[in-house]
Amino acid sequence: MSVPSQLFDCRDAFARSLEEAAAADPRIVAVVNDSLGSSKMGGFRKLYPQRLVNVGIAEQNMVGVGCGLANGGMIPFVCGAACFLTGRAMEQVKVDLAYSKSNVKLCGMSGGLAYGPLGPTHHSIEDLAWTRVLPHLTVIVPADPYETEQAFRAALALDGPVYLRLSRMGVPNVHGEDHRFQLGRATKLREGRDVTLIANGTMVCRALEAAQQLELEGVQARVLNMATLRPLDTGAIAAAAEETGCIVTAEEHSIHGGLGGAVAEAVTATTPVPVRMVGVPDAFAPTGSVGFLFEHFGLTAAGIHDAALEAMRRKSRKC
Amino acid sequence: MVHSAKTGHPGGDLSSADILVSLYFGVMKAGGSWTASEDRDRFVMSKGHCSGAFYSVLAEAGCFPDEWLDHYMKPLSMLNGHPDRNKLPGVEANTGPLGHGMPIATGMALAAKISGASWRTFILTGDGELQEGSNWEAGMTAAHYGLDNLTLIVDRNRIQQGAWTEDTIRLEPLADKWRAFGWAVQEVDGHDHAALLDVFGRLPFEKGKPNCVIAHTHKGMGVSFIQDRPEWHHKVPSDAELEAALKELQA
Ligand SMILES: Cc1ncc(C[n+]2csc(CCOP(=O)(O)OP(=O)(O)O)c2C)c(N)n1
Ligand SMILES: [Mg+2]
Repeated sequence: MSVPSQLFDCRDAFARSLEEAAAADPRIVAVVNDSLGSSKMGGFRKLYPQRLVNVGIAEQNMVGVGCGLANGGMIPFVCGAACFLTGRAMEQVKVDLAYSKSNVKLCGMSGGLAYGPLGPTHHSIEDLAWTRVLPHLTVIVPADPYETEQAFRAALALDGPVYLRLSRMGVPNVHGEDHRFQLGRATKLREGRDVTLIANGTMVCRALEAAQQLELEGVQARVLNMATLRPLDTGAIAAAAEETGCIVTAEEHSIHGGLGGAVAEAVTATTPVPVRMVGVPDAFAPTGSVGFLFEHFGLTAAGIHDAALEAMRRKSRKC
Repeated sequence: MVHSAKTGHPGGDLSSADILVSLYFGVMKAGGSWTASEDRDRFVMSKGHCSGAFYSVLAEAGCFPDEWLDHYMKPLSMLNGHPDRNKLPGVEANTGPLGHGMPIATGMALAAKISGASWRTFILTGDGELQEGSNWEAGMTAAHYGLDNLTLIVDRNRIQQGAWTEDTIRLEPLADKWRAFGWAVQEVDGHDHAALLDVFGRLPFEKGKPNCVIAHTHKGMGVSFIQDRPEWHHKVPSDAELEAALKELQA
């Protein structure tokens, strides 16, 4: 992992999967908000011009139209920048999709800090907090292209609303081709007894890198990829708490309300252990490129590594 | 600026530059010592992605030193990709997500009416931006309250992010739409300073009605290989393209 292998944009895997699925199922339609390019829908439009709906710059409308399309028997994939898709259309997501149990797949593109210097308006570091509190809504944050493809198929197979958060940042393949994504189940990428690192999306490869460094220092870190944020794999979290005694969460999101919040809720309900959260603190980001911002907020292997040592210190202080 | 930051929206910057210059240097009480005054005219840059043009005009108007422009979108810069009023003097509203400016500007104009203040409110939107419903909600509010102290300028460059507006979601007949919403509408060549100043000199167009100026513009105005090309919405020029563009603009 320290020699970065090839990096992939998960939106490509998503677009490929959508095009393939659409060939087999005429009910599949795509809905965009003047976001053809950023949603990688150029190929889909060429293949299925009739099944691409561009509502223009109108996100509330876009999600509502998705709800109506689903009612009419279609399977809409509603695609837009994650910040606007969730933030702008949040009530439509709550009422038209979650509360109504509409079979709509929301695809939030370029989640997290990906838009870099375009700033806090374009960062989407609140979307997981907003979406994971909604009953009936499945929330998935895949870590690499294989997982994106499989998450796509799981979302399609599910009769109900899904929020799929995709990154535009390059990520390495953290899974082999034999990886089997299971909805609602964490994937154990590494066994360990001293601490558990729970990550999703772009932070999974960084958690693995941190675990490698920790191993050199004699610390055995378990690594869980918590790609499904809702429903949450509380069993894996309870086991991590019991067997490793402390947890670090890592996400490209606010430390409030996302993966860290979800894990903390689960842990306090079962086996209270120290939990350290790596993510964006209670702040709007300063101006800077996405690389700069990752360093600035410690969304790095080093940041996770240090948090792991801190969590372990707290664990031993308690005993 | 876009070249050095390696990101930005040059097409929309160039289409709104003449409108911004006319407003700041011929129409509004803004910039310079007005910046901190409660009696300044309010300007809302609703198409916040065109911060390149906006910041250049704010600097020229004396809101902050020219040198700051070199830090456009650099780490820890005050000049974020989209304007932040807590960082930059002269910015009234934090924009970036399209369709936020109109409700804010309507609130400003209402405040002036309620308090009996004489300052005016101006707002610049993109044309694709008008696909957001919030514009029309605010449009009804402004007309209902008779906000003739409010002026909307639409940068009608006919191009949005991915394509032409009329091929995406039709806006026409745009002037009729605003008239039907109770606004007084004028159309103007958005690159003709004299025509712009003339139109703004006739404000308010009708007593008791909010004002809409549809400024017909070209996205990427003045640079042959950018002008009227949708792909230049957020493209960054190469070194050679920058040089060629500057040559054309200085000519
Ligand atoms: C709510 C929202 N949705 C999508 C975007 C992404 N976006 C940025 S600029 C743009 C196109 C704007 O077109 P227009 O309003 O015509 O502006 P201009 O042509 O003047 O650049 C889009 C879709 C955004 N900034 N905000
Ligand atoms: Mg436009």
